[in-house]
Amino acid sequence: MIVRVGPYSVRLAPRALLVGLALVLVACAVTVAALSTGEFTVPVPDIVTALFGQGTPVAELIVSKLRAPRVVTGLLVGAAFGLSGAIFQSLTRNPLGSPDFIGFTAGASTGGIMAVVAGGSAATIAGGAMAGCVITAALVYGLAFRGGVQGYRLVLVGIGANALLLAVNSYLLTRANVNDAATAGAWLTGSLSGRGWDHAIPVALALAVLVPVCLRLARPMRMIEMGDDAAKAMGIRVEPVRAAAIAAGVLLSGVATAAAGPVVFVALAAPQLARRLTRSPGVTMGASALMGAVLLTGADLAAQRLLAPTQLPVGVLTAAVGGTYLALLLRKDRH
Amino acid sequence: MRPAEDTAVTAAEAAEAVKRPVWAHPAVLATGLVLALAVLALMAMASVALGARSVPFSTVIDAFVAPDGSNDHTVIRELRVPRTLLGLGVGATLGLAGALMQSLTRNPLADPGLLGINEGAALGVTLALGVFGLSDPVVYVWFAFGGAALASVMVYALASAGRSGSSPVRLTLAGVALGMVATAIASAILRMDTQTFDRMRFWLTGSLAGQTADTLVRLAPFMVAGLVLGLLLARPLNMLALGDDAGKALGVAVNRTRILTGVAVTLLCGAATAAAGPLWFVGLIVPHAVRAVVGPDQRWVLPYSAVAAPVLLLGADVVGRLIARPGEVQVGIVWAVIGAPIFIMLARRKRVAAL
Repeated sequence: MIVRVGPYSVRLAPRALLVGLALVLVACAVTVAALSTGEFTVPVPDIVTALFGQGTPVAELIVSKLRAPRVVTGLLVGAAFGLSGAIFQSLTRNPLGSPDFIGFTAGASTGGIMAVVAGGSAATIAGGAMAGCVITAALVYGLAFRGGVQGYRLVLVGIGANALLLAVNSYLLTRANVNDAATAGAWLTGSLSGRGWDHAIPVALALAVLVPVCLRLARPMRMIEMGDDAAKAMGIRVEPVRAAAIAAGVLLSGVATAAAGPVVFVALAAPQLARRLTRSPGVTMGASALMGAVLLTGADLAAQRLLAPTQLPVGVLTAAVGGTYLALLLRKDRH
Repeated sequence: MRPAEDTAVTAAEAAEAVKRPVWAHPAVLATGLVLALAVLALMAMASVALGARSVPFSTVIDAFVAPDGSNDHTVIRELRVPRTLLGLGVGATLGLAGALMQSLTRNPLADPGLLGINEGAALGVTLALGVFGLSDPVVYVWFAFGGAALASVMVYALASAGRSGSSPVRLTLAGVALGMVATAIASAILRMDTQTFDRMRFWLTGSLAGQTADTLVRLAPFMVAGLVLGLLLARPLNMLALGDDAGKALGVAVNRTRILTGVAVTLLCGAATAAAGPLWFVGLIVPHAVRAVVGPDQRWVLPYSAVAAPVLLLGADVVGRLIARPGEVQVGIVWAVIGAPIFIMLARRKRVAAL
């Protein structure tokens, strides 16, 4: 469907729009559920008053100080993981090319733990995670490069790097003192518990800058999926687009890992689920980001309530569900 | 065109290609195996003598000849000897398990850790200890067997379900995915039970420390059974390497060999994981190195793997004890640091070479 207004025209895919709208609605529903339920139930109307600072002090404390930052961090981190997954899956043309599977998030956690052990503040930890992610990405790509990066070689090299980095992480944990090890250990499973606004803001800033960049890159990247030569023939400058996409993807997964720890499988599953729902031929940026947000907040809600009063870290739940999904994906895989 | 002559040339070339290298003579290989056993004995002595606590060599000997109950003697007799024996057992089982798996799946990337089998066994042990409160090794090793068997069946089914059948890459990916699921479930169980978590923390990264001689004695029969069964399978596996049809023609019961190999792998991986936690890469690298030296004959690959793996495992354990004095690095971590680069090197090859 093409809409024309004067000299401008926009191509609209009704199904993608509907799916997007539905995902936004689901995200809102999950948000409301996360804000209102729990050990202390806040009725839905009271949430609004509490958020605007007019509710009872108890409701205000619980909603705006405890629950809201957690949900918002979840939404933002989920969106960032979904987007980063979409970028790498498009670049490698492979659902397994996502950053959590090929060691990028493990590298980010290595950087983060080093910062924790060095006694860093929240900002240093975020910086360490970013640096770890960028260095790992460079290494994995460098090692997988052999006259062009082949999807499956990248995935296998990434799995090796992942194993190595996980070992380094557990070594760092055994060498750290007890308090640092506890801090780093909680962060390592991937968890949204105890997240405050200072975790959400960097992710929000990164998304504010990178979402427009990604949407701008989406079209040329779809051309590149058809092969470098075909894309060049259509006037795409392949290498700059690819470099920009890699940079955006690495930054997104780095900043998301810094905020919530290495939550696995969101980046892997979100683009694939979104692609199936929108029935699009390739991964789509917008739908993947929305799907990531829904997945992560939904999983976090389930992780808090399933085994209550025990609170599971959300990373455990996404790993269990996502791994099963990956196995099913392999079963149907054409490869 | 002289087709007959052409065929003759190719056949001669093929014969040339499979001609054994000079050193692959049975007598040479047997001598090599004896030498490898001697190296293993030396490594075991090193593992008893070296550690975070410096003990003079004469004291080490005294600990065996004339134990006097001093601290040094207790450390050696109660800690280092069981640990060394554990390293021997776990190394031999994982090395043989890796060689068996690589031979059965014709997959150069097959490894008990990578394919999720050790993680399955670890989930079984976690269930037994954390949920059912069973702490007798003879009981919980059966949970490890159950987990390992389930994981191997699932990985194989998943990897061969697609249209193109099982390929090394698919098998590896299915294994990594299943391993992640098993690890996630195990850590969810441990979250709910801090006491068990504390006991299993080091075990979960793969460690030879912290098992008593009693556990070892109770797990040893399972390890020995797996080793014997695995070594007996060398001949049929050799024939299956030519393909299922050729194997059948040579009189191998294909399905029985597969199932028996699966049973051997389950026994080996289950017992090893119950003893030392889920270790990665031990079963991957050793058979590769062994094949490079002795050639493709499983009658030599299997025993060499079973002897070479404990040499390396004990070596890594000793290194882990020495580099971080007075603490130590778990052997699982040392192995991942050595093994992952080798795995990356194998994966970088042009073709992930078939066996």
